[in-house]
Amino acid sequence: MVRYSLKRLLSLILSLAIASVVIFCVIEVAPGDPASFMLGINAQPDTVAALRAELGLDVPKWLRYLHWVGGMLQGDFGTSYTYHTPVSGMIADRLWVSLPLALYALAFSTLIAFPAGIYAAARRGKAGDMAVMGATQLGVAIPNFWFAMVMVLIFAINLRWFSAGGFAGWDKGFFAAMKSLTLPAISLGLPQAAILARVMRSALLDILGEDFMRTARAKGLTRRQALWRHGLRNAMIPVLTIIGLQFAFLMAGAIIIENVFYLPGLGRMVFQAISSRDLIVVESVVMLLVFAVILVNFLVDLAYAAVDPRLRSRT
Amino acid sequence: MNRNLLIGAVLSSIVVLAALVSFVWTPFDYTAMNIPDKLQSPNAVHWFGTDHFGRDIFSMIMVGARTSIAVALVAVGIGMALGIPLGLAAAARKGSWVDEVIMRGNDLVFAFPSLVIAILITAVFGAGAVNAIIAIGIFNIPVFARITRGGALSLWEREFIMAARVAGKSASRISFEHILPNVMNLLIVQGTIQFSLGILAEAGLSYIGLGAQPPTPSWGRMLADAQTMVSLAPHLALVPGIAIVLTVLGLNLMGDGLRDHLDPRLRVART
Repeated sequence: MVRYSLKRLLSLILSLAIASVVIFCVIEVAPGDPASFMLGINAQPDTVAALRAELGLDVPKWLRYLHWVGGMLQGDFGTSYTYHTPVSGMIADRLWVSLPLALYALAFSTLIAFPAGIYAAARRGKAGDMAVMGATQLGVAIPNFWFAMVMVLIFAINLRWFSAGGFAGWDKGFFAAMKSLTLPAISLGLPQAAILARVMRSALLDILGEDFMRTARAKGLTRRQALWRHGLRNAMIPVLTIIGLQFAFLMAGAIIIENVFYLPGLGRMVFQAISSRDLIVVESVVMLLVFAVILVNFLVDLAYAAVDPRLRSRT
Repeated sequence: MNRNLLIGAVLSSIVVLAALVSFVWTPFDYTAMNIPDKLQSPNAVHWFGTDHFGRDIFSMIMVGARTSIAVALVAVGIGMALGIPLGLAAAARKGSWVDEVIMRGNDLVFAFPSLVIAILITAVFGAGAVNAIIAIGIFNIPVFARITRGGALSLWEREFIMAARVAGKSASRISFEHILPNVMNLLIVQGTIQFSLGILAEAGLSYIGLGAQPPTPSWGRMLADAQTMVSLAPHLALVPGIAIVLTVLGLNLMGDGLRDHLDPRLRVART
């Protein structure tokens, strides 16, 4: 297990290094000079040169890359060209909205998907299974941002149970903050729940054909008892893998949902940065999202190998 | 023909037909503004109502179908054109450094969701439908590479491939002449799924302003425009949303139906 973990860790570091080079190179291709952009067209050349030096733009690109990566390793993402404040502070503030939103959506999607998937598997081929599968087929086809708009129309505009947008802030109390994240989390989580319910059902149905399930039935357990006592535990391996992978995509999906609900998260920040050409912010947020995806994949690989020893020997 | 395939094919055909007909006919000029008729609910003249500029929504939906289909289709094309040869090469040299480099490269691309690629591209080159195509297309490459490799690996152990090797055919000739036709079914099914995901991704990117730009109509853009008026005129948000849902649903059902139809094991299980 230690050898396997080290190998995966090496692969994680290599992936992060290559991803950082790709992101840096793409952003470097961007036309225009950030210092000239910040000072406007009437700026004097020596003022622009001074700002370039202040921002560290006057050194060779490879050295800038090393500064950027070295800084990130110490939690320093540089200084925003627009706000003149540390990017790490801006990201930390916004993460307090985006991260809880993604976690809330994940919790919601799991709470819906598990019972739905188990119910469908237990009633394979019957009306209940077909109803759940039909609903998931529809759930997969619904764009989350459109679902969010429909939720706003029903629960904010017509029923007035929730506000149509904005974030109350954690200083207003946990429940007020969570209330403002509820509609966004449902919108983000429901389409994911449809995918997860399908995975849960199919994993359980695969398990039902296994020898140990036949033995459990032969011992006298009913289909449902065998499913709960033996099937569910074994089906959790692929399901947990999908949950891990979904979390990374929920973080990315949160970018769109934040725009529907005007939430002050990473998504809003990155779009403001794109329009104001604050490329250091774009670069850092993209790197953070890619880091989240790679890290979650790494953790899922480790968790999977811990549960299933056969995987360790395969590598 | 199974039920999923039939329903999926009908839904998808309607959308494709609407897109094709829009090249020669739409009920109204989709760019023509008519302020006195603005925000009309669906009625006998404007079947899906009008928007805040008085433009006919039915005509915009027809033309928007063109954008969605074009973006998703080209993105699937990019994914297939690059992903399939990579998958074939990785399978032909299983376990070698070629396989390792291709598969690790795939893992790396997977770490960049299409939205993140779109953010990067837009930050550098600006927003537009072409950038959306590139972003979605890049994300499709590892998907097709993995599917092709997975399907091809088992085929390389089969007797008819051994016979081709004994006959002196090169790995690349075997890959394209014998392996590719045998993984085509898998690729067609995956192509349908990626096409539907492409429609969703295009709508999402256009919604946040990273996809098709005005005056090109796009379902995602229509939803973005509708957002501030959803309480005044709900049909502005409902119509494009339902169009996206029905299109994606149709393609997904078609993908499921095709998989059942093309996989002999599933056919035997059904009968």
